Amino acid sequence: MSPRTAPAGRAEAEPLAEPARLPGRRPGLPYPLVIGLLAALLCAAVTAGIAAGSIPLPPGQVWGILAHRIHPAPADPSWSAVRETIVMDVRLPRVLLCAVVGAGLSVCGMALQALVRNPLADPMLLGVSSGATVGAVCVVVFGLTVFGAFSLPVAAFAGALAALVTVYFLARSGGRMTTVRLVLAGVATAEVLSAVAGFLVVTSSDPHKTQSALRWMLGGLAGTAWPVVWAPAGAVVLGTAVLLGVSRPLNLLLAGEEAATALGLDVHRFRAALFVLVAIMIGTIVAVSGSIGFVGLIMPHVVRLLIGADHRRALPATALLGASFLIAADLFARTLITPEEIPVGIITALVGGPFFLWLMRRRSR
Amino acid sequence: MTARAAALAVQDVWVRAGGRDLVRGVTLDVAPGEVVGLAGPNGAGKTTLLRTLYRARRPSSGRVLLDGQDVWRMPGHWLARRMAAVLQETAGDFDLTVYDVVAMGRTPHKRAFDGDDAADRAIVAAALDRLDVTGLAYAPFDRLSGGEKQRVLIARALAQQPGTMVLDEPTNHLDLRHQLDALELVRGLGVTAVVALHDLNLAAAFCDRICVLDAGAVVAVGAPREVLTPALFADVYRVDADVAAHPETGVPQVTLRTVRGEPPA
Repeated sequence: MSPRTAPAGRAEAEPLAEPARLPGRRPGLPYPLVIGLLAALLCAAVTAGIAAGSIPLPPGQVWGILAHRIHPAPADPSWSAVRETIVMDVRLPRVLLCAVVGAGLSVCGMALQALVRNPLADPMLLGVSSGATVGAVCVVVFGLTVFGAFSLPVAAFAGALAALVTVYFLARSGGRMTTVRLVLAGVATAEVLSAVAGFLVVTSSDPHKTQSALRWMLGGLAGTAWPVVWAPAGAVVLGTAVLLGVSRPLNLLLAGEEAATALGLDVHRFRAALFVLVAIMIGTIVAVSGSIGFVGLIMPHVVRLLIGADHRRALPATALLGASFLIAADLFARTLITPEEIPVGIITALVGGPFFLWLMRRRSR
Repeated sequence: MTARAAALAVQDVWVRAGGRDLVRGVTLDVAPGEVVGLAGPNGAGKTTLLRTLYRARRPSSGRVLLDGQDVWRMPGHWLARRMAAVLQETAGDFDLTVYDVVAMGRTPHKRAFDGDDAADRAIVAAALDRLDVTGLAYAPFDRLSGGEKQRVLIARALAQQPGTMVLDEPTNHLDLRHQLDALELVRGLGVTAVVALHDLNLAAAFCDRICVLDAGAVVAVGAPREVLTPALFADVYRVDADVAAHPETGVPQVTLRTVRGEPPA
């Protein structure tokens, strides 16, 4: 044991008699205000998401029904049982799942960007979502039931992890990873995996299986019921809590591998553990939502522009923003051309593609 | 609380990679509070040797002891509370502020979910102030000049409150005033330090001892005036040099003349 006490007279790094002051406050909006605004945005998105649809409901009634469920008031409800069913069994689970998926993808995107130390990392861009899709499609097409009811999420997780590890090692050469290699490796892997999934779907003889497999590939949340909400909700909440716990080490990764090591982080073990965690989260998400792109790319960037890169502040904010964004995207997806639904992945890609290109140009300056 | 200046012992450290010996049996004892300069031509193994000290490169054989503890057998945060490394900066893409970068120095002292308390903020503010970068606290790190980045990285090392520092070319991008200031700062801290330096005049002025590496092995170690001789420059650097003691301070001053084996221009 080495003593760590400071002998007297060595006070250079201690606060001096006249303590050094920082030049005022961090510029930009104060953090509590940002979080408050984002929480308000999420409330608004949830309300709009539940209120809008083929039978529009006034927002007051939405909250009346929700409040009534949580704490039944003695007064008789002023709404029909049908409306209560619409809110509780049709729209609420879907909106909650959107929130969970959006938050999860954004948090995973932020974690991946730190893990590979590259701001262009995204679950879809790195092939992770495609890997999960292949896993999910395999289960659907071949009817695999090795793990019973969990076959689909487990297969999606395995596919996600395999894709992530493949891309990571393809992008690394001689201990270095460049943006170009990472994006190329990710895009190539994603293409190959999408092709594999497409092949499996097309060659499947059962049209019902084809239909249900196609759903993964486009990404969509139609027909969400309560039972499918719980697994991703649990994975996202627990995963986000773990990521918050390791937000300091995540910050260190932004300084580079060598500096992170010198600051006491076992980079390789930490990175491996977090790859598994992210793969679990993405696998569980993709198993219910299919592949929804660009959410994990855009949200972390918007948040960093707002409040900076420190993960202790940025992770909660990106979860809130991602949840609101996907609820809004899903709202568009199902109301734009009613009664038809557009897969939500198409909406996010339409928003995200241009954003990605703008980001590439900005970075290459 | 600042960690105590520790005794650093490098014991017969070898580093092999790709069939080559990058470091060949280096043994070096650094007393508590002593500043040792690491010199040698490009590719001599200075950076590789430093990397074995802060746990970035495991020696193929040999040990690195800090106060008798093998640093490779202790957890990473144990070492990071006692030793800080100032490395060449690497480009990032994340718009970290200078404050964020310096505050990273507090990480080894923290557990998961610990916030920064007033003491942490005071330590970071003092480090920023000491390196003359307080005015840049909320500027994006990536947009700073090379010299400003270097000072910020030294400030981060200060925020770690280490008893031992490892510095790899800390004066690389600094102008003359900040070169002197940075090395004076390290000396004034009273920490044990190992500093890789290309500028041997700086090394002579600020280091208690200089250790010269060539092809991965120690070829000379001792007080500057013992080590910096015309013979060393001829053998190790392959240049002709004059070495004269400064008339007032007695510090050896190196004046380069020509590259050996080539006719004067």
